[in-house]
Amino acid sequence: MNLSDAHQIRDAVNSGKVSAREVAEAALKRIEAVDAKLGAFLTLQPGEILARADEIDRTVREHTLPLAGVPAAVKDNICTRHLRTTCGSEVLANYLPPYSSTVVERLERAGAVLIGKTNCDEFAMGSSTENSAFQPTRNPYDLERVSGGSSGGSAAAVAAGMTPLALGSDTGGSVRQPASFCGVVGLKPTYGRISRYGLVAYASSLDCIGPIANNPRDIALVLSQIAGRDERDSTSAPVPVPDYASGLGEPVRGMRIGVPREFFAEGLDPEVKSIVEESIRNAASLGCDLVEVSLPHTRYAIADYYIIAPAEASSNLARFDGVRYGFRVPEPEDLQDMYKRTRSEGFGLEVKRRIMVGTYALSSGYYEAYYGRAMRVRTLIKRDYDRAFEGVDALLGPVSPTPAFMIGEKISDPLAMYLSDIYTVTANLAGIPAISIPCGFTQNGLPVGLQIMANHFHESVLLKLAEAYVQAFPLNKPPLKI
Amino acid sequence: MTVTRADVLRIADLAKLHFDEQELDGFTAQFQRILDYVEQLKEVNIDNIEPTSHVSVTADFEKHIFREDEVRVSLPAEDALAGAPDPGSGHFRVPKVL
Repeated sequence: MNLSDAHQIRDAVNSGKVSAREVAEAALKRIEAVDAKLGAFLTLQPGEILARADEIDRTVREHTLPLAGVPAAVKDNICTRHLRTTCGSEVLANYLPPYSSTVVERLERAGAVLIGKTNCDEFAMGSSTENSAFQPTRNPYDLERVSGGSSGGSAAAVAAGMTPLALGSDTGGSVRQPASFCGVVGLKPTYGRISRYGLVAYASSLDCIGPIANNPRDIALVLSQIAGRDERDSTSAPVPVPDYASGLGEPVRGMRIGVPREFFAEGLDPEVKSIVEESIRNAASLGCDLVEVSLPHTRYAIADYYIIAPAEASSNLARFDGVRYGFRVPEPEDLQDMYKRTRSEGFGLEVKRRIMVGTYALSSGYYEAYYGRAMRVRTLIKRDYDRAFEGVDALLGPVSPTPAFMIGEKISDPLAMYLSDIYTVTANLAGIPAISIPCGFTQNGLPVGLQIMANHFHESVLLKLAEAYVQAFPLNKPPLKI
Repeated sequence: MTVTRADVLRIADLAKLHFDEQELDGFTAQFQRILDYVEQLKEVNIDNIEPTSHVSVTADFEKHIFREDEVRVSLPAEDALAGAPDPGSGHFRVPKVL
Protein backbone atom coordinates (compact mmCIF):
# COMPACT_ATOMS: atom_id res chain seq x y z
CA MET A 1 0.00 0.00 0.00
CA ASN A 2 1.22 3.48 -0.87
CA LEU A 3 1.34 5.63 2.25
CA SER A 4 2.47 8.82 0.55
CA ASP A 5 -0.82 10.60 -0.06
CA ALA A 6 -3.25 11.52 2.73
CA HIS A 7 -6.04 12.46 0.29
CA GLN A 8 -5.92 9.05 -1.39
CA ILE A 9 -6.00 7.21 1.93
CA ARG A 10 -8.83 9.38 3.23
CA ASP A 11 -10.92 8.80 0.09
CA ALA A 12 -10.24 5.06 0.05
CA VAL A 13 -11.17 4.67 3.72
CA ASN A 14 -14.27 6.86 3.44
CA SER A 15 -15.52 4.87 0.45
CA GLY A 16 -14.75 1.52 2.10
CA LYS A 17 -12.25 0.48 -0.59
CA VAL A 18 -9.58 0.10 2.05
CA SER A 19 -10.02 -0.20 5.80
CA ALA A 20 -8.30 2.06 8.28
CA ARG A 21 -6.96 -1.13 9.86
CA GLU A 22 -5.25 -2.14 6.60
CA VAL A 23 -3.70 1.33 6.37
CA ALA A 24 -2.51 1.22 9.97
CA GLU A 25 -1.07 -2.26 9.50
CA ALA A 26 0.77 -1.11 6.38
CA ALA A 27 2.22 1.85 8.27
CA LEU A 28 3.36 -0.35 11.16
CA LYS A 29 4.89 -2.83 8.74
CA ARG A 30 6.79 -0.10 6.96
CA ILE A 31 8.02 1.32 10.26
CA GLU A 32 9.18 -2.12 11.32
CA ALA A 33 10.99 -2.59 8.02
CA VAL A 34 12.90 0.69 7.82
CA ASP A 35 12.96 2.58 11.09
CA ALA A 36 15.82 0.65 12.63
CA LYS A 37 18.01 2.35 10.03
CA LEU A 38 16.53 5.83 10.49
CA GLY A 39 15.51 6.22 14.12
CA ALA A 40 12.53 8.43 13.37
CA PHE A 41 10.23 7.06 16.07
CA LEU A 42 10.65 7.11 19.83
CA THR A 43 7.33 5.58 20.87
CA LEU A 44 4.83 3.34 19.10
CA GLN A 45 1.74 1.69 20.52
CA PRO A 46 0.70 -0.94 17.95
CA GLY A 47 -2.21 -2.37 19.96
CA GLU A 48 -3.88 0.98 20.50
CA ILE A 49 -3.26 2.02 16.89
CA LEU A 50 -5.19 -0.95 15.54
CA ALA A 51 -8.02 -0.48 18.05
CA ARG A 52 -8.25 3.14 17.00
CA ALA A 53 -8.26 2.17 13.29
CA ASP A 54 -11.12 -0.26 13.93
CA GLU A 55 -13.04 2.57 15.56
CA ILE A 56 -12.56 4.69 12.41
CA ASP A 57 -13.74 1.79 10.26
CA ARG A 58 -16.97 1.67 12.29
CA THR A 59 -17.45 5.44 12.11
CA VAL A 60 -17.03 5.72 8.33
CA ARG A 61 -19.93 3.34 7.85
CA GLU A 62 -22.07 6.13 9.34
CA HIS A 63 -20.38 9.23 7.88
CA THR A 64 -17.21 10.35 6.17
CA LEU A 65 -14.30 11.96 8.01
CA PRO A 66 -11.89 14.58 6.62
CA LEU A 67 -8.80 12.53 7.64
CA ALA A 68 -10.44 9.10 7.75
CA GLY A 69 -7.82 6.50 8.64
CA VAL A 70 -4.88 8.76 7.76
CA PRO A 71 -1.83 7.80 9.84
CA ALA A 72 -0.26 10.75 11.62
CA ALA A 73 3.00 10.88 13.53
CA VAL A 74 3.50 13.55 16.15
CA LYS A 75 6.73 15.16 17.29
CA ASP A 76 7.60 14.15 20.80
CA ASN A 77 7.24 17.64 22.27
CA ILE A 78 3.49 17.56 21.60
CA CYS A 79 1.51 16.05 24.47
CA THR A 80 -0.48 12.89 23.89
CA ARG A 81 -2.66 11.64 26.74
CA HIS A 82 -1.15 8.58 28.45
CA LEU A 83 1.32 8.19 25.57
CA ARG A 84 4.94 8.85 26.49
CA THR A 85 6.06 12.37 25.55
CA THR A 86 9.79 12.83 26.09
CA CYS A 87 10.75 16.03 24.23
CA GLY A 88 13.88 14.04 23.35
CA SER A 89 15.06 14.58 26.93
CA GLU A 90 16.13 12.40 29.86
CA VAL A 91 14.16 14.79 32.04
CA LEU A 92 10.91 13.49 30.54
CA ALA A 93 12.09 10.00 29.57
CA ASN A 94 9.06 8.37 31.23
CA TYR A 95 6.55 11.21 31.14
CA LEU A 96 2.93 10.28 30.44
CA PRO A 97 0.90 13.47 29.89
CA PRO A 98 -2.47 13.56 31.63
CA TYR A 99 -4.01 15.38 28.65
CA SER A 100 -3.67 15.67 24.88
CA SER A 101 -2.71 18.78 22.98
CA THR A 102 -5.39 20.58 20.99
CA VAL A 103 -3.76 19.58 17.68
CA VAL A 104 -3.90 15.91 18.60
CA GLU A 105 -7.53 16.21 19.69
CA ARG A 106 -8.36 17.92 16.40
CA LEU A 107 -6.48 15.35 14.31
CA GLU A 108 -8.32 12.55 16.05
CA ARG A 109 -11.65 14.27 15.71
CA ALA A 110 -10.99 14.45 11.96
CA GLY A 111 -10.39 10.70 11.84
CA ALA A 112 -6.59 10.50 11.80
CA VAL A 113 -4.87 7.54 13.44
CA LEU A 114 -2.00 8.59 15.69
CA ILE A 115 0.75 6.11 14.94
CA GLY A 116 3.55 7.29 17.17
CA LYS A 117 5.86 9.93 18.55
CA THR A 118 8.82 11.14 16.56
CA ASN A 119 12.35 11.96 17.55
CA CYS A 120 13.57 15.53 17.92
CA ASP A 121 16.39 17.60 19.31
CA GLU A 122 15.97 17.91 23.05
CA PHE A 123 13.16 20.42 23.73
CA ALA A 124 13.35 21.29 19.99
CA MET A 125 16.73 22.94 20.46
CA GLY A 126 18.87 22.03 17.50
CA SER A 127 19.08 21.80 13.74
CA SER A 128 20.04 18.14 13.25
CA THR A 129 18.12 15.91 15.71
CA GLU A 130 21.54 14.95 17.10
CA ASN A 131 20.62 16.64 20.38
CA SER A 132 18.03 13.97 21.14
CA ALA A 133 18.93 12.18 24.37
CA PHE A 134 17.94 8.89 22.76
CA GLN A 135 19.19 8.64 19.16
CA PRO A 136 19.98 10.72 16.09
CA THR A 137 17.51 10.48 13.19
CA ARG A 138 19.28 9.67 9.93
CA ASN A 139 18.51 11.06 6.51
CA PRO A 140 16.64 8.60 4.26
CA TYR A 141 18.63 9.86 1.24
CA ASP A 142 22.01 9.30 2.94
CA LEU A 143 22.21 7.45 6.23
CA GLU A 144 25.49 9.16 7.15
CA ARG A 145 23.77 12.53 7.10
CA VAL A 146 21.39 14.28 9.48
CA SER A 147 17.67 14.46 8.90
CA GLY A 148 17.70 18.08 9.99
CA GLY A 149 16.04 19.41 13.07
CA SER A 150 14.58 19.84 15.35
CA SER A 151 11.61 17.93 13.81
CA GLY A 152 13.93 15.44 12.08
CA GLY A 153 11.95 12.38 13.14
CA SER A 154 8.71 13.76 11.65
CA ALA A 155 10.37 14.72 8.34
CA ALA A 156 12.25 11.41 7.99
CA ALA A 157 9.08 9.44 8.81
CA VAL A 158 7.17 11.15 5.98
CA ALA A 159 10.09 10.94 3.53
CA ALA A 160 10.56 7.23 4.19
CA GLY A 161 6.89 6.43 3.58
CA MET A 162 6.17 5.43 7.17
CA THR A 163 3.34 7.94 7.45
CA PRO A 164 1.77 10.39 4.98
CA LEU A 165 1.44 13.03 7.66
CA ALA A 166 3.38 14.28 10.66
CA LEU A 167 3.35 17.25 12.96
CA GLY A 168 6.46 19.13 13.97
CA SER A 169 7.13 22.40 15.71
CA ASP A 170 8.99 25.35 14.24
CA THR A 171 10.61 27.94 16.50
CA GLY A 172 13.47 28.96 14.19
CA GLY A 173 13.06 26.62 11.20
CA SER A 174 12.49 23.25 12.87
CA VAL A 175 9.75 22.15 10.45
CA ARG A 176 11.07 23.72 7.23
CA GLN A 177 14.74 22.78 7.49
CA PRO A 178 14.22 19.03 8.12
CA ALA A 179 11.51 19.04 5.42
CA SER A 180 14.09 20.55 3.08
CA PHE A 181 16.80 18.05 4.09
CA CYS A 182 14.45 15.08 3.63
CA GLY A 183 12.71 16.19 0.41
CA VAL A 184 9.20 16.66 1.83
CA VAL A 185 6.84 19.60 2.34
CA GLY A 186 6.78 21.41 5.70
CA LEU A 187 4.72 24.42 6.76
CA LYS A 188 5.41 26.90 9.52
CA PRO A 189 2.09 28.71 9.83
CA THR A 190 1.47 32.28 10.97
CA TYR A 191 2.19 32.75 14.68
CA GLY A 192 -1.13 32.06 16.40
CA ARG A 193 -2.70 30.17 13.47
CA ILE A 194 -2.53 26.79 15.26
CA SER A 195 -3.16 26.33 18.97
CA ARG A 196 -0.12 25.41 21.02
CA TYR A 197 -2.05 24.02 23.97
CA GLY A 198 -0.10 20.88 24.84
CA LEU A 199 3.05 21.84 22.95
CA VAL A 200 5.89 21.82 25.48
CA ALA A 201 7.05 25.43 25.37
CA TYR A 202 10.51 26.37 24.14
CA ALA A 203 10.36 30.03 23.07
CA SER A 204 6.81 31.23 23.49
CA SER A 205 6.93 34.31 21.26
CA LEU A 206 8.23 32.16 18.36
CA ASP A 207 6.90 28.58 18.73
CA CYS A 208 4.49 27.29 16.07
CA ILE A 209 3.17 23.80 15.38
CA GLY A 210 3.34 22.88 11.69
CA PRO A 211 2.44 19.94 9.44
CA ILE A 212 4.78 17.86 7.24
CA ALA A 213 3.52 15.87 4.24
CA ASN A 214 4.52 14.82 0.73
CA ASN A 215 2.54 17.47 -1.14
CA PRO A 216 0.96 20.90 -0.55
CA ARG A 217 -2.59 19.52 -0.93
CA ASP A 218 -2.14 17.30 2.10
CA ILE A 219 -0.70 20.23 4.04
CA ALA A 220 -3.82 22.24 3.15
CA LEU A 221 -6.05 19.37 4.21
CA VAL A 222 -4.52 19.00 7.65
CA LEU A 223 -4.14 22.74 8.22
CA SER A 224 -7.87 23.24 7.69
CA GLN A 225 -8.48 20.66 10.42
CA ILE A 226 -6.05 21.84 13.09
CA ALA A 227 -5.94 25.64 12.66
CA GLY A 228 -8.11 28.12 14.51
CA ARG A 229 -8.80 29.80 17.80
CA ASP A 230 -8.54 27.73 20.96
CA GLU A 231 -9.49 29.32 24.24
CA ARG A 232 -6.85 27.19 25.99
CA ASP A 233 -4.11 29.07 24.09
CA SER A 234 -4.54 32.81 24.55
CA THR A 235 -2.08 33.49 21.72
CA SER A 236 -4.15 31.56 19.18
CA ALA A 237 -5.65 34.02 16.72
CA PRO A 238 -9.38 34.71 16.37
CA VAL A 239 -9.08 34.59 12.60
CA PRO A 240 -11.53 32.42 10.60
CA VAL A 241 -10.09 29.24 9.07
CA PRO A 242 -10.77 28.95 5.34
CA ASP A 243 -10.85 25.68 3.43
CA TYR A 244 -7.21 25.83 2.45
CA ALA A 245 -7.66 23.17 -0.23
CA SER A 246 -10.26 25.19 -2.15
CA GLY A 247 -7.91 27.63 -3.93
CA LEU A 248 -5.44 24.97 -4.98
CA GLY A 249 -5.13 24.43 -8.69
CA GLU A 250 -6.01 28.02 -9.52
CA PRO A 251 -3.53 29.74 -11.85
CA VAL A 252 -0.82 31.86 -10.27
CA ARG A 253 -0.39 34.10 -13.31
CA GLY A 254 0.15 37.69 -12.24
CA MET A 255 1.22 36.80 -8.73
CA ARG A 256 3.97 39.18 -7.60
CA ILE A 257 6.99 37.37 -6.18
CA GLY A 258 9.82 39.00 -4.29
CA VAL A 259 13.33 37.60 -4.21
CA PRO A 260 15.18 38.89 -1.15
CA ARG A 261 18.70 39.90 -2.13
CA GLU A 262 20.01 39.05 1.36
CA PHE A 263 19.02 35.39 0.95
CA PHE A 264 21.59 34.90 -1.81
CA ALA A 265 24.62 36.49 -0.16
CA GLU A 266 27.80 34.83 1.09
CA GLY A 267 27.51 31.50 2.90
CA LEU A 268 25.02 29.98 0.47
CA ASP A 269 26.30 26.71 -1.00
CA PRO A 270 26.80 27.24 -4.77
CA GLU A 271 24.89 24.11 -5.74
CA VAL A 272 21.94 25.01 -3.49
CA LYS A 273 22.08 28.53 -4.91
CA SER A 274 21.86 27.38 -8.52
CA ILE A 275 19.03 24.90 -7.79
CA VAL A 276 17.02 27.55 -5.92
CA GLU A 277 17.66 30.18 -8.61
CA GLU A 278 16.49 27.78 -11.27
CA SER A 279 13.31 27.05 -9.34
CA ILE A 280 12.66 30.78 -9.01
CA ARG A 281 12.93 31.06 -12.81
CA ASN A 282 10.52 28.11 -13.00
CA ALA A 283 8.06 30.00 -10.82
CA ALA A 284 8.41 33.04 -13.08
CA SER A 285 7.61 30.86 -16.07
CA LEU A 286 4.18 30.18 -14.52
CA GLY A 287 3.39 33.83 -15.16
CA CYS A 288 4.51 35.27 -11.83
CA ASP A 289 6.22 38.65 -11.83
CA LEU A 290 9.62 38.62 -10.16
CA VAL A 291 10.83 41.61 -8.18
CA GLU A 292 14.07 41.93 -6.27
CA VAL A 293 13.42 43.06 -2.70
CA SER A 294 15.64 43.89 0.24
CA LEU A 295 15.25 42.74 3.83
CA PRO A 296 18.18 44.72 5.24
CA HIS A 297 17.97 43.48 8.84
CA THR A 298 18.32 39.81 7.83
CA ARG A 299 21.99 39.93 8.81
CA TYR A 300 21.01 40.47 12.45
CA ALA A 301 18.43 37.70 12.53
CA ILE A 302 20.60 34.90 13.94
CA ALA A 303 21.98 37.09 16.72
CA ASP A 304 18.46 38.32 17.45
CA TYR A 305 17.03 34.82 17.52
CA TYR A 306 19.81 33.45 19.72
CA ILE A 307 19.02 36.06 22.37
CA ILE A 308 15.23 35.86 22.24
CA ALA A 309 14.86 32.07 22.02
CA PRO A 310 17.31 31.20 24.82
CA ALA A 311 15.88 33.95 27.05
CA GLU A 312 12.37 32.56 26.70
CA ALA A 313 13.67 28.99 27.01
CA SER A 314 15.48 29.77 30.25
CA SER A 315 12.16 30.89 31.70
CA ASN A 316 10.03 28.08 30.20
CA LEU A 317 12.42 25.32 31.25
CA ALA A 318 12.48 26.47 34.86
CA ARG A 319 9.51 24.14 35.32
CA PHE A 320 11.75 21.08 35.06
CA ASP A 321 12.80 21.07 38.68
CA GLY A 322 12.12 17.49 39.77
CA VAL A 323 8.96 18.40 41.68
CA ARG A 324 5.82 17.91 39.62
CA TYR A 325 6.82 15.55 36.81
CA GLY A 326 9.76 13.89 35.18
CA PHE A 327 13.17 13.02 36.49
CA ARG A 328 14.36 13.71 40.03
CA VAL A 329 17.87 12.92 41.11
CA PRO A 330 17.98 10.21 43.82
CA GLU A 331 18.72 11.14 47.44
CA PRO A 332 19.14 14.91 47.22
CA GLU A 333 20.73 16.60 50.20
CA ASP A 334 18.23 19.43 50.24
CA LEU A 335 15.94 21.38 47.92
CA GLN A 336 18.68 23.41 46.21
CA ASP A 337 20.77 20.31 45.67
CA MET A 338 17.75 18.56 44.16
CA TYR A 339 17.10 21.41 41.72
CA LYS A 340 20.69 21.69 40.59
CA ARG A 341 21.53 18.03 40.24
CA THR A 342 18.17 17.12 38.70
CA ARG A 343 18.59 19.77 36.00
CA SER A 344 22.30 19.17 35.44
CA GLU A 345 21.90 15.42 35.05
CA GLY A 346 18.58 15.62 33.21
CA PHE A 347 19.34 18.22 30.54
CA GLY A 348 21.74 17.74 27.65
CA LEU A 349 24.54 20.15 26.79
CA GLU A 350 22.72 22.27 24.18
CA VAL A 351 19.73 22.79 26.46
CA LYS A 352 22.02 23.86 29.30
CA ARG A 353 23.88 26.17 26.94
CA ARG A 354 20.66 27.92 25.90
CA ILE A 355 19.38 28.15 29.46
CA MET A 356 22.70 29.76 30.42
CA VAL A 357 22.68 32.27 27.55
CA GLY A 358 19.05 33.07 28.27
CA THR A 359 19.57 33.46 32.01
CA TYR A 360 22.47 35.79 31.30
CA ALA A 361 20.43 37.84 28.82
CA LEU A 362 17.63 38.25 31.37
CA SER A 363 19.79 38.77 34.43
CA SER A 364 19.75 41.96 36.44
CA GLY A 365 21.58 44.75 34.64
CA TYR A 366 21.62 42.95 31.29
CA TYR A 367 17.92 42.65 30.43
CA GLU A 368 17.70 45.90 28.44
CA ALA A 369 21.06 45.39 26.75
CA TYR A 370 20.17 41.90 25.51
CA TYR A 371 16.51 40.80 25.55
CA GLY A 372 15.12 44.34 25.43
CA ARG A 373 17.36 45.28 22.53
CA ALA A 374 16.67 42.00 20.72
CA MET A 375 12.91 42.55 20.88
CA ARG A 376 13.39 46.01 19.33
CA VAL A 377 15.63 44.69 16.57
CA ARG A 378 12.88 42.16 15.99
CA THR A 379 10.50 45.03 15.27
CA LEU A 380 12.88 46.18 12.53
CA ILE A 381 13.06 42.67 11.04
CA LYS A 382 9.27 42.52 11.02
CA ARG A 383 9.07 45.95 9.38
CA ASP A 384 11.35 44.73 6.58
CA TYR A 385 8.74 42.09 5.81
CA ASP A 386 5.78 44.48 6.23
CA ARG A 387 7.41 46.75 3.65
CA ALA A 388 8.19 43.89 1.26
CA PHE A 389 4.61 42.61 1.37
CA GLU A 390 3.30 46.02 0.35
CA GLY A 391 4.71 45.23 -3.09
CA VAL A 392 4.62 41.44 -3.40
CA ASP A 393 2.34 38.50 -2.61
CA ALA A 394 5.08 36.04 -1.71
CA LEU A 395 8.82 35.78 -1.25
CA LEU A 396 11.00 32.98 -2.58
CA GLY A 397 14.40 31.83 -1.39
CA PRO A 398 16.44 28.95 0.01
CA VAL A 399 15.49 27.16 3.24
CA SER A 400 18.96 26.23 4.37
CA PRO A 401 22.39 27.38 3.14
CA THR A 402 23.48 23.77 2.59
CA PRO A 403 21.93 20.37 1.94
CA ALA A 404 21.86 17.86 4.82
CA PHE A 405 25.24 17.83 6.54
CA MET A 406 27.13 14.86 7.96
CA ILE A 407 26.25 13.42 11.35
CA GLY A 408 28.82 14.85 13.77
CA GLU A 409 29.89 17.63 11.40
CA LYS A 410 28.56 20.56 13.43
CA ILE A 411 27.75 19.09 16.82
CA SER A 412 30.90 20.36 18.53
CA ASP A 413 30.56 23.88 17.11
CA PRO A 414 27.28 25.37 18.38
CA LEU A 415 27.70 28.66 16.54
CA ALA A 416 28.18 26.91 13.17
CA MET A 417 24.98 24.96 13.88
CA TYR A 418 23.14 28.21 14.74
CA LEU A 419 24.26 29.86 11.50
CA SER A 420 22.55 27.12 9.48
CA ASP A 421 19.21 28.68 10.56
CA ILE A 422 19.89 31.97 8.75
CA TYR A 423 17.06 31.76 6.18
CA THR A 424 14.43 30.30 8.49
CA VAL A 425 14.57 32.31 11.73
CA THR A 426 13.30 35.52 10.16
CA ALA A 427 9.84 34.07 9.48
CA ASN A 428 9.55 33.20 13.17
CA LEU A 429 10.77 36.63 14.27
CA ALA A 430 8.29 38.31 11.90
CA GLY A 431 5.51 35.81 12.67
CA ILE A 432 4.76 35.14 9.01
CA PRO A 433 3.89 31.79 7.39
CA ALA A 434 6.52 29.99 5.33
CA ILE A 435 6.67 26.64 3.58
CA SER A 436 9.48 24.43 2.31
CA ILE A 437 8.85 22.43 -0.85
CA PRO A 438 11.35 20.10 -2.51
CA CYS A 439 12.73 21.80 -5.63
CA GLY A 440 15.73 19.71 -6.68
CA PHE A 441 18.52 17.34 -5.76
CA THR A 442 22.25 17.87 -5.59
CA GLN A 443 24.76 15.81 -7.62
CA ASN A 444 25.06 13.60 -4.55
CA GLY A 445 21.32 12.96 -4.51
CA LEU A 446 20.49 15.19 -1.54
CA PRO A 447 17.20 17.10 -1.52
CA VAL A 448 17.09 20.90 -1.70
CA GLY A 449 14.10 22.92 -0.53
CA LEU A 450 12.55 26.09 -1.85
CA GLN A 451 11.10 28.42 0.76
CA ILE A 452 7.95 30.41 0.05
CA MET A 453 6.94 33.09 2.53
CA ALA A 454 3.76 35.18 2.65
CA ASN A 455 2.17 37.83 4.82
CA HIS A 456 0.41 37.07 8.12
CA PHE A 457 -2.51 34.64 7.71
CA HIS A 458 -1.88 34.30 3.96
CA GLU A 459 -1.31 30.54 4.12
CA SER A 460 -3.70 30.23 1.15
CA VAL A 461 -1.29 32.21 -1.03
CA LEU A 462 1.63 30.00 -0.02
CA LEU A 463 -0.25 26.80 -0.64
CA LYS A 464 -1.63 27.95 -3.98
CA LEU A 465 1.84 28.83 -5.25
CA ALA A 466 3.39 25.67 -3.77
CA GLU A 467 0.76 23.46 -5.41
CA ALA A 468 1.10 25.22 -8.77
CA TYR A 469 4.85 24.74 -8.56
CA VAL A 470 4.87 21.03 -7.73
CA GLN A 471 2.21 20.34 -10.39
CA ALA A 472 4.20 22.15 -13.10
CA PHE A 473 7.66 20.89 -12.09
CA PRO A 474 7.42 17.36 -10.74
CA LEU A 475 10.70 15.99 -9.40
CA ASN A 476 12.41 12.75 -10.20
CA LYS A 477 13.41 11.72 -6.72
CA PRO A 478 16.46 9.48 -6.43
CA PRO A 479 15.90 6.19 -4.58
CA LEU A 480 15.95 6.23 -0.78
CA LYS A 481 18.93 4.57 0.90
CA ILE A 482 16.86 2.42 3.19
CA MET B 1 32.15 41.70 27.17
CA THR B 2 34.61 39.17 28.60
CA VAL B 3 33.07 36.24 30.38
CA THR B 4 34.99 34.75 33.27
CA ARG B 5 34.57 31.44 35.02
CA ALA B 6 33.12 33.39 37.93
CA ASP B 7 30.43 34.84 35.63
CA VAL B 8 29.55 31.37 34.38
CA LEU B 9 29.31 30.08 37.95
CA ARG B 10 27.07 33.01 38.93
CA ILE B 11 24.74 32.44 35.95
CA ALA B 12 24.72 28.70 36.59
CA ASP B 13 23.63 29.38 40.14
CA LEU B 14 20.76 31.58 38.92
CA ALA B 15 19.75 28.91 36.40
CA LYS B 16 19.99 26.11 39.00
CA LEU B 17 22.60 24.30 36.96
CA HIS B 18 25.90 22.84 38.00
CA PHE B 19 29.04 22.46 35.89
CA ASP B 20 32.03 20.54 37.15
CA GLU B 21 35.57 21.88 36.82
CA GLN B 22 36.22 19.84 33.70
CA GLU B 23 33.15 21.19 31.87
CA LEU B 24 33.68 24.75 32.99
CA ASP B 25 36.57 25.78 30.70
CA GLY B 26 34.99 24.48 27.50
CA PHE B 27 31.68 25.97 28.45
CA THR B 28 33.11 29.40 29.28
CA ALA B 29 34.82 29.55 25.88
CA GLN B 30 31.64 28.60 23.98
CA PHE B 31 29.61 31.03 26.04
CA GLN B 32 32.10 33.76 25.14
CA ARG B 33 31.87 32.97 21.41
CA ILE B 34 28.07 33.13 21.46
CA LEU B 35 28.08 36.43 23.37
CA ASP B 36 30.69 37.86 20.98
CA TYR B 37 28.48 36.92 18.05
CA VAL B 38 25.35 38.56 19.47
CA GLU B 39 27.31 41.74 20.24
CA GLN B 40 26.58 42.81 16.66
CA LEU B 41 23.04 43.74 17.72
CA LYS B 42 24.64 46.80 19.36
CA GLU B 43 25.27 48.24 15.87
CA VAL B 44 21.56 48.56 15.21
CA ASN B 45 19.93 51.91 15.84
CA ILE B 46 16.86 51.16 17.98
CA ASP B 47 16.00 54.72 18.99
CA ASN B 48 12.22 55.12 19.17
CA ILE B 49 11.64 51.50 18.13
CA GLU B 50 9.08 49.61 20.22
CA PRO B 51 9.71 45.97 21.15
CA THR B 52 7.64 43.28 19.42
CA SER B 53 6.42 40.36 21.49
CA HIS B 54 3.20 39.18 19.85
CA VAL B 55 3.89 39.19 16.12
CA SER B 56 0.47 38.56 14.64
CA VAL B 57 -1.90 40.54 16.81
CA THR B 58 -5.23 41.21 15.15
CA ALA B 59 -7.20 44.40 15.70
CA ASP B 60 -9.82 42.75 17.92
CA PHE B 61 -7.39 40.46 19.69
CA GLU B 62 -8.04 41.83 23.17
CA LYS B 63 -11.72 41.10 22.87
CA HIS B 64 -10.87 37.42 22.52
CA ILE B 65 -8.24 36.93 25.16
CA PHE B 66 -10.55 37.55 28.08
CA ARG B 67 -13.31 35.22 29.15
CA GLU B 68 -15.67 34.95 32.06
CA ASP B 69 -14.09 33.53 35.19
CA GLU B 70 -16.41 30.54 35.44
CA VAL B 71 -15.92 27.58 37.72
CA ARG B 72 -15.09 24.57 35.55
CA VAL B 73 -13.97 21.00 35.98
CA SER B 74 -10.19 20.85 35.88
CA LEU B 75 -7.56 18.12 35.97
CA PRO B 76 -8.28 15.72 38.87
CA ALA B 77 -5.62 15.82 41.61
CA GLU B 78 -4.63 12.19 41.10
CA ASP B 79 -3.96 12.87 37.39
CA ALA B 80 -1.92 15.96 38.24
CA LEU B 81 0.13 13.92 40.73
CA ALA B 82 0.48 10.84 38.53
CA GLY B 83 3.79 11.94 37.00
CA ALA B 84 5.33 13.32 40.18
CA PRO B 85 8.64 11.75 41.27
CA ASP B 86 7.52 11.80 44.91
CA PRO B 87 3.78 12.29 45.31
CA GLY B 88 2.45 12.71 48.79
CA SER B 89 -1.22 12.23 49.60
CA GLY B 90 -2.70 14.99 47.49
CA HIS B 91 0.49 17.00 47.26
CA PHE B 92 4.01 17.11 45.77
CA ARG B 93 6.66 16.15 48.29
CA VAL B 94 10.08 17.89 48.24
CA PRO B 95 13.21 17.57 50.38
CA LYS B 96 13.50 19.67 53.50
CA VAL B 97 13.76 23.37 52.68
CA LEU B 98 14.96 24.64 56.08
